[in-house]
Amino acid sequence: MEYLIHLAVMSSIYAILGMSLNLVVGYAGLLSVTHAAFYGIGAYAVGILTVSHGYGFFGATAIGMACAALAAWFIGIVSGRFKGDYYALVSFGFNIIVFSIFLNVQSVTRGPLGIPGIPKPEVFGMLIRSNAQFLLLAIAFTLATYAVSQWIVTSSFGRTLKGIREDEDALRVFGYDTARYKRIIFVIAAMLAAVGGSLFASYISYIDPSTFSLNESIFILSLVILGGLANVNGSVFGAIFFILLPEILRFVGFPPDIAAQMRQVAYGLILVLLMLYRPQGMFGEYKL
Amino acid sequence: MYILETKNLKKSFGGVHALNDLSISFAKGKLTGIIGPNGSGKTTLVNVLTGMQAITGGAVVVGGKSLHAIRPEELPRLGITRTFQDVRLFEQMTVGDNIMVVLTARGPYAALTERSERKREERVKEVLEKVGLWEKRHQLAYNLSYGQRKLLEITRVLAMDADIILLDEPFAGLFKEMVKVIVHIIGELKAAGKTVLLIEHNMDLIRELSDHVIVMDAGGLLAEGKPDAVLARHDVIEAYLGE
Repeated sequence: MEYLIHLAVMSSIYAILGMSLNLVVGYAGLLSVTHAAFYGIGAYAVGILTVSHGYGFFGATAIGMACAALAAWFIGIVSGRFKGDYYALVSFGFNIIVFSIFLNVQSVTRGPLGIPGIPKPEVFGMLIRSNAQFLLLAIAFTLATYAVSQWIVTSSFGRTLKGIREDEDALRVFGYDTARYKRIIFVIAAMLAAVGGSLFASYISYIDPSTFSLNESIFILSLVILGGLANVNGSVFGAIFFILLPEILRFVGFPPDIAAQMRQVAYGLILVLLMLYRPQGMFGEYKL
Repeated sequence: MYILETKNLKKSFGGVHALNDLSISFAKGKLTGIIGPNGSGKTTLVNVLTGMQAITGGAVVVGGKSLHAIRPEELPRLGITRTFQDVRLFEQMTVGDNIMVVLTARGPYAALTERSERKREERVKEVLEKVGLWEKRHQLAYNLSYGQRKLLEITRVLAMDADIILLDEPFAGLFKEMVKVIVHIIGELKAAGKTVLLIEHNMDLIRELSDHVIVMDAGGLLAEGKPDAVLARHDVIEAYLGE
């Protein structure tokens, strides 16, 4: 049972990451490969502030969200000057910079040693001790992210994001300051990703830079593409599928060292097949 | 009374002068046909007037206000809208949303709280019914035929209800029946007192629709005046046919 609860918690965290990235990639059409950076900022905020500065989980999460928002605003200004492949490259670069900060600013992040002993959250004075209790918290955050995402995509703002994705220059002619829209959605997505990071840090109780590398951004992007671009439900499906897949491969009977590599092969194969036969993903409304 | 003017307008691409000291005026509530051989600068003029290409020199005067730079985002405030030579729809959005997107709040914070609203939905229905695309409102734009795509682009302009409308070759590649539909729409725009700039190569349509004709050549003004007089001029025929 603990094993299933663990998978459910991880699925919830990745659903938050997937839904938030989908706002940027699926709706606004910005091929961002930097989501793990904001995920990491949220995680490190909780790690550093709760372990070394006595903050509670929710206070540290709020500060993490603010830091992610600030970083996203800055990168949004820089990346707003680029489009298409160049945008993706700039976002790549930002992930690498943030990863390097996690790794090298050892006085703050403890570098490769990571931050151990991150406490579990306290909700209304009650310490969350068991994984089952944590699952309820994770589900609550996932539902909140879902609600925020749906609220955005069903508003006029959501329609405008799709317009940016389809033809940004044409949309500008109709009076939209598209650069501003892109910055705002990037900031919102970064804040939501930071929530995912804070949950992760608190749940695993240990973080190190390796979790927030470029590979992680590619993994999150993969689950968004699998679930479906411009479909919030699709991202939840993608998260669950990609969390369960390695577990299924484990039961197929591959030796443990090969199973890990098979996971990468399976991810790659799925993406290639999707691009060939279903570029909009399983439930997507937008074809890359 | 002129609602839109260019004063010594210049647009250069490296050493190529696409617009060369162009000074022309567009009368309020009139349809001005803009003709000229390929490469004469017609589309560049529309792109510069709509801020899609930066002004190199000179100015654009809109409603008496002189502008040396135009941002596309400002166009609705200036009362200007346009269509594109190569149809530019929001392809993976529905026909209805292609219209709705020009009716909703422009500011991001207002847009976040804005939901569907009866008045806007009625406006979408009104304009789509007028052009016969209402039945296709749930279809994605890229599933429309070429003629329907052209029509949808002009419908978007109709929905905007701007004062100055720039139409870049709206009849190109259309069959006869669709041409009639678009001629009818342009007629309605004229009747509503809109100022229309029409770039077109079909001289019969220019003669039929225009109140005034401007002929461009090599980025400058070659001739202007009443359609019949201008189209009969030897230098205009020569510029077009190279005789």
